[in-house]
Amino acid sequence: MDATSVTDTADVMEPARHWRLPAPRPVAFAVWRRNVLVWRRLMLPSLLLNFGEPFLYLLGLGFGLGRFIGEMDGIGYFAFLASGLVASSSMMTASYEGVYSVYTRMVPQKTYDGMLATPVEIDDVVAGEMLWCATKGCLSGIAILIVATLLGAVGSVYALLCIPILFLIGLAFAGPALAVSAVAPSYDFFSYYMTLVITPMFILCGVFYPITSMPEAVQHAVLALPLTHAVALVRPLVTGAPVEYPLVHLAVLAGFAAVGFYVAVALVRRRFIV
Amino acid sequence: MVALNTDTYVIDAQGLRKRFGDETVVDGIDLRVPRGGCFGLLGPNGAGKTTTLRMILGRAVPSGGALTVLGEPMPAAGRRVRARIGVVPQDDNLDPDFTVVENLQVYAGYFPRPARRPLRPYLMSLLEFVALADRAGDRVQDLSGGMRRRLVIARALVNDPELLILDEPTTGLDPQIRHLIWSRLRELKDRGTTVLLTTHYMEEAERLCDRLAIIDRGRILAEDTPRALVAGEVEPSVVEVRAGSRTPPPEIVRQARVETIDGVWHCHTRVPNAVLASLQQYPGLEYLHRPANLEDVFLRLTGRELRD
Repeated sequence: MDATSVTDTADVMEPARHWRLPAPRPVAFAVWRRNVLVWRRLMLPSLLLNFGEPFLYLLGLGFGLGRFIGEMDGIGYFAFLASGLVASSSMMTASYEGVYSVYTRMVPQKTYDGMLATPVEIDDVVAGEMLWCATKGCLSGIAILIVATLLGAVGSVYALLCIPILFLIGLAFAGPALAVSAVAPSYDFFSYYMTLVITPMFILCGVFYPITSMPEAVQHAVLALPLTHAVALVRPLVTGAPVEYPLVHLAVLAGFAAVGFYVAVALVRRRFIV
Repeated sequence: MVALNTDTYVIDAQGLRKRFGDETVVDGIDLRVPRGGCFGLLGPNGAGKTTTLRMILGRAVPSGGALTVLGEPMPAAGRRVRARIGVVPQDDNLDPDFTVVENLQVYAGYFPRPARRPLRPYLMSLLEFVALADRAGDRVQDLSGGMRRRLVIARALVNDPELLILDEPTTGLDPQIRHLIWSRLRELKDRGTTVLLTTHYMEEAERLCDRLAIIDRGRILAEDTPRALVAGEVEPSVVEVRAGSRTPPPEIVRQARVETIDGVWHCHTRVPNAVLASLQQYPGLEYLHRPANLEDVFLRLTGRELRD
């Protein structure tokens, strides 16, 4: 809106209105449930899609490269890679859901318009969507974890602790993805997000090799990225090693989830409340 | 005074305004929709109807003025107010991934349910109401446009609303479906539901609405019963004369307010017999004498230029 043309106080207040703190209510679970019901119908193809890519990486790189690499950072390469992919598959699935599927509901399908004619508020919609993206991310991480277990890459029963962490990883990536959807003019926009934000994290944050092998400046930079902390939590739990600085990693993921939620709510409000 | 408003008016807008940047879309309207009956907002495209509805639903924040809906201030009380309203939007936003009855089930989940009444029989009764009971298990994608619109109406009733808001409910539908929808809306009205609709179909407004506001360029131009609007805003009779390139003769201009549009004189008059007598002097003119209707009022108030 053109700031110079604004004379009404209500107009001046508008940005402040969008950035008011969110207050989601339990009806967010009705939004979550709606997505579960749709997913139940398309469960198999959806699981295959979410699961197929990391599974290919795991088999292709894990067995193929693993033969030459042997150990990495003191762990067999297959286990190293599998534990990284458990974390990154939650990121990938939550991000894809948070951009393409969320945008479909938000814009062409007008699902949000229907919800917003009921007592559901934008805060609830965004909370429900984030819970759903995280649920899906968690499920796809669990699928990889099961395969890794079957192939002997899981070293400890503590790997079960990954499940809530996978959910948190999903939340940490769902928030930013929803914020991106809220400002997207069309589907094309998401190629930028996936190519410029998500893929670099996938490559740089320790999924395929330890971040300590990179130049020091890059190491510091990737410490600011959530996937680094996701991998740092999941890998030792899967391989049976002690987790270093667990609270720091949890705090970073929780921070991305919380800030992402807040920004996403504000931006969806801007898109929907005129 | 407050109690009176709450009981009498489901919507009470005072000096309500909405601006988008430089453009004022709703320009200080005073609108009081009484409880019970059907109230119509009639206006050409871009008149401000949809923006007014959005403010009533809390999807648009007024730039000025005061608005209460069902006795509660908007947009502050949005959540509580929307729990008591049903909405039929202009665009179809049914959930394509669900069946007919699942659409209702999921939507009902967005409303607080005070008493745990068995939901399914209630939803089936709604589907019966809109003549869709036999399609309950069908995918929404397989429904025709008229069926989808009826399903949207059933969906708007899942919370048993006190106020049902419909934004151009019958646009693009065939006459059979329109008549079905009109009869259902009358039935709702008879049961005590207040109905607020926007339309640009005069016939719809005349048949359904107990009161009408004609709105254009963000202002209310007239508000009354359809009958009173016709009586108050235009002459009671119209004689339409196919005149080709001829100009209306002076005696007819004295007897009637004449608008010439595409070779037709529209003679709005209080003395139709005199006009008809004058026309006898010009043999070969084809003409039609009819009572004035809402369309005459609408065109008189909003003008004839095209709105795209």
